[in-house]
Order: sequence, then structure tokens, then C-alpha cells
Amino acid sequence: MSDPGIPCEPCSVGPPGDPEGEPILRLEGVETVLEGKKVLDHIDLDVPRNRITAIIGLSGAGKSVLLRHMIGLMKPDRGRVLLDGADLMKYSRKELFEVRKRFGMLFQSGALFDSLDVFENVAFPLREKTNLDETGIRERVRVILRKVGLEGSEEKFPDELSGGMVRRVALARAMVMDPEIILLDEPTTGLDPIIRNSILNLICRTYQDHKFTMVMISHDIPDIFHWCHHVVVVHGGKVIEAGSPEAVRNSTNPFVRQLVEGDIHGPVQLM
Amino acid sequence: MLFRVAEWLGGKALGATRRLGRTGVFLSSAVRNAVVPPYRGREIVKQIHFIGVKSLFVIVLTAAFTGMVLSLQGYYTLRKFGSEGLLGAVVALSLIRELGPVLTALMVTGRAGSALTAEIGIMRIGEQIDSLETMGIDPVRFLVAPRFVAALVSVPLLTAIFDVVGIYGGYLVGVKLLGLDPGQYFGHMRSSVELVDVINGVWKSIAFSLLIVWVCTFKGFFTERGAEGVSRATTSAVVISSVLVLVGDYVLTSVLL
Ligand SMILES: Nc1ncnc2c1ncn2[C@@H]1O[C@H](COP(=O)(O)OP(=O)(O)OP(=O)(O)O)[C@@H](O)[C@H]1O
Ligand SMILES: [Mg+2]
Repeated sequence: MSDPGIPCEPCSVGPPGDPEGEPILRLEGVETVLEGKKVLDHIDLDVPRNRITAIIGLSGAGKSVLLRHMIGLMKPDRGRVLLDGADLMKYSRKELFEVRKRFGMLFQSGALFDSLDVFENVAFPLREKTNLDETGIRERVRVILRKVGLEGSEEKFPDELSGGMVRRVALARAMVMDPEIILLDEPTTGLDPIIRNSILNLICRTYQDHKFTMVMISHDIPDIFHWCHHVVVVHGGKVIEAGSPEAVRNSTNPFVRQLVEGDIHGPVQLM
Repeated sequence: MLFRVAEWLGGKALGATRRLGRTGVFLSSAVRNAVVPPYRGREIVKQIHFIGVKSLFVIVLTAAFTGMVLSLQGYYTLRKFGSEGLLGAVVALSLIRELGPVLTALMVTGRAGSALTAEIGIMRIGEQIDSLETMGIDPVRFLVAPRFVAALVSVPLLTAIFDVVGIYGGYLVGVKLLGLDPGQYFGHMRSSVELVDVINGVWKSIAFSLLIVWVCTFKGFFTERGAEGVSRATTSAVVISSVLVLVGDYVLTSVLL
């Protein structure tokens, strides 16, 4: 990779080790119906603190909807979403806005503000939520844009970017505040393999420095197993398997087996 | 069968009530955020530029021709009764009481209201509004409140401009074209237009501006289902705002008279 800003050496997130206290996020019996369809069906799920969790599953399984519940963007019809043991739904709107300062989120679509250029998109949370002066903001944004390999694209507008660039800007925006919990909806989909690996490397390195909690939705199976501590498999709105990458890889559940091996024969038949 | 019908009706009624409640909550939240500091000064100025300044040309154009046609029609009607001297008063009263506020509101709806809905609607379907939420920023405060303030400032001012330009349009036709005495045109105007007429016109324009910005931002804010949803939201925002302006005009006129 020619850009010196992107780390290329392999990085390891390390073994999960013992859990650090209580899970930071816990979903209990979460059920959500959207337009008459049960999209989440009694989800019980723990997100371990200061670890990287990967959510995998087929398209339409309910992964994105699940992620939206974790930050209180969607409310479950039944069940609870607990952040440090406190029910997110019990918070007032104002308290919820306060709580969300602990989060950074990357949407599947990128969700960049199309009236702002790349620089301003990344600087946006800093401007709105910190007291940093202009020099401080410039420095922070410059550093993070270099890390995602987008130095020199500061003045481009979102409609001038490729899909992969949009995703990297959105990733930079999600991480620029050094949040405690980072939710990423498919951060590596649509990237070429070199950029993809550098992004995973970047995530890994930032993790080693900051030890945040991350939940990452991914379709990069089985690669993603190297980049996370905990894997959750979602299918048809249910969690059908959760555990260490090893445990999931060796699962006997036929659906998990099929997903991990990418087999066209198995419980899921498309054709 | 009867149960089915009752259930269906009940469902519809519930849905309608819920929607009505949502519009009310939206309005109160927008107004609260518009009134309570801190204000987003730069955004408000930007929106005043968009809603107000950029509508200026259309407003001046419509106002001039409205005044001119009023004068033309009024002249020939008044002449039948031999009272064409009253032309200035007729033109001014029609504009200040009715046509100014109503036509300004309709023009602003078409020019700025539709764009407001589309802009916010695109932000909704592009998950940009959700994105604001996740950053702990209240999208109503960030997006909607500045537009409320801007509309409340711009529309009454545009209405005032409409009235003045319309009166001069009427003057052009009545005096320069049809040869009425200028002293008569303005003299009758001064003696028949009262302060209460002007104040009622201002009230109307304030009410209309609130109506337009409420409907248009609401429709954008709750857009669903992609690009088609945005186009549907935009169309219905324009139709609903325009109809509400005309209905509201009747109601306000009957109350204020
Ligand atoms: N706003 C919504 N309204 C109605 N249904 C929805 C909505 N959002 C998602 N769904 C439905 O919920 C289900 C799960 O959607 P979700 O976006 O979570 O899938 P996903 O697992 O993220 O898939 P992908 O890997 O393709 O992103 C889908 O069947 C979808 O049709
Ligand atoms: Mg998804």
C-alpha cells in the first residue's frame, strides 16, 4: 500500500481473556415487530465490555435493526436494552442524548451529511460536542483522515466519493470522538481487499490503544474471526449462536456450519 | 362481518389520532426549541436567505402583476358606478387584507416549502437524521427550529414587500395607463386603510408562515420509503399547506373582522 498513513503490518486483537466485569450492553427478550413482521424475535444478547463483538448472519436477518436497538434509535415492543444495567427505554430524550455521547456509530449507508464536505463531516461531532478550537479540530481531523487513507480528499463532497470512500469517512466520523462504545454496520463491505485489511488493522490498532467496546456487523466470514473476541450469529431475528470465534467455528448448528463454510447446500436454500 | 368493519374503522381512527398527536408533539417541540436558547444564529441566517431572500424575485413579480390586474379590473368595475377615484383604496385594501398574505404564503409554499420538505426528507431516508440522533444532537433543534424562526421572520417581511409592490403595480396601471389622478389614488388610500387592516394582515402572515413551515418540515421529517417517499411527501406538503392557507384565511378573516 503506497499510502504511509495506513498501517499494513498484521495486527492482532489478542485473546478475549476473562470478561472485564459485567457486559456493557445487554439485551433481554427483545422483540420488535415492523409492519407486521417480527424482525427481532426474543433476542437475548450480551456485549462484553472492552471487547470486539462481531455480528454475522444472512442479509435481512435483522442485524442492522439489532444495532439500532443498542443505541436507542429503535424501541423494542417487548424486552429491555440495558446499558451498564440501566434500561435505555427508561431514559428521557434528553438523558438519552447525554448517554449517546458514549457511542460512535457507522451506518450501513454511511449517512454522511451531503451539505458538508469530507472535512466538515468528520469535524462535525467535534464542533457540536466539544470545546476544541479550530486548530485542535483541524489537527484531530487531519490525523484520523490520514489513518483511513483519505488525506487530500478533505474538500470533496459526499456525492463525489466512491462507496468505499464514503464508508471510510463515516468510519472516521464514528471514531473521531474516541467513543467508549463503537457500533459499526458493515465497515468493510464494498472495500477492495487491501483497503479492507488496512481498515481492520486500523480498528485493531485503535483498539490496542483505547480498549473500547466495539460491535461490528460483517459479512467477511471467515476472515472476521481473526478480528474479534466474540461472535454472535443472527438468523431470522433470533440469536442462534454466540461465543468465541473458536466456539462458533466449531458449532454443530447446521445453519452456523453452512454460514461459516459458505456452503450452498444446507438448511438455507436459495435456489 | 360487522366486527370486521368496526375493527377497521377503529384502526383507522386510532391511526388518525396517533398521526394528529404526532403533529402536535412535533409542533410544540419545534416551537420550544426555536424559542429556548442557545440559538443557531448562522443556520437561521442561512435559512432566512433561503426562504426569504431567494423568494424575493418571485414575490416582486407576482405582487406587481397582482396589483396591476387588480387595478385594471377595479377601474372598469368602479367606473360603472362613477367612483373610479376609489381605485387606490380598493387596490390597497384587497392587497393588505387578503391578497398580500395569501399569495405570499402560496408562493413561499411553492418555492421554499417544497424544497424544505425535500431537503429534510432526503436527510431522513439517507439516515442523516438518525446519525444526528446517535451523536446526541436533537434533530428537531438542529434542523427544524432554525427553519421555524426563519419562516416566521421572512414571510411577514415578504408580505409587506408584496403589499408595497402590489400597490405600486396598481398605481402604474391606474395612474400611468388609465390616467387617474395620482393624488386621488393615494389620497383615498390613506383615508380608508386603517391601522387595524395592516395589523390583521400581519397576523395572517404570521399564522400562514407557521402553518407552512410546520406542514413542510413535518412532512419531510417523517418521510418513509426512499426517493418515492420524498416525492410523495413533497407533493402532499405543498397541497396541504396551500389548502390550509386558504381555509385558514377564511377562518382568520371571520375571526378578525
Ligand atoms: N424501517 C423498517 N420498516 C419495516 N421493515 C424493516 C425496516 N427496517 C428493516 N426492516 C425489515 O427487517 C428485516 C431485517 O432488516 P435488517 O436491515 O436488520 O437486515 P440486515 O441483517 O442488516 O441485512 P443486511 O445484511 O442486508 O444489511 C428485513 O426483513 C427488513 O425488511
Ligand atoms: Mg444491515
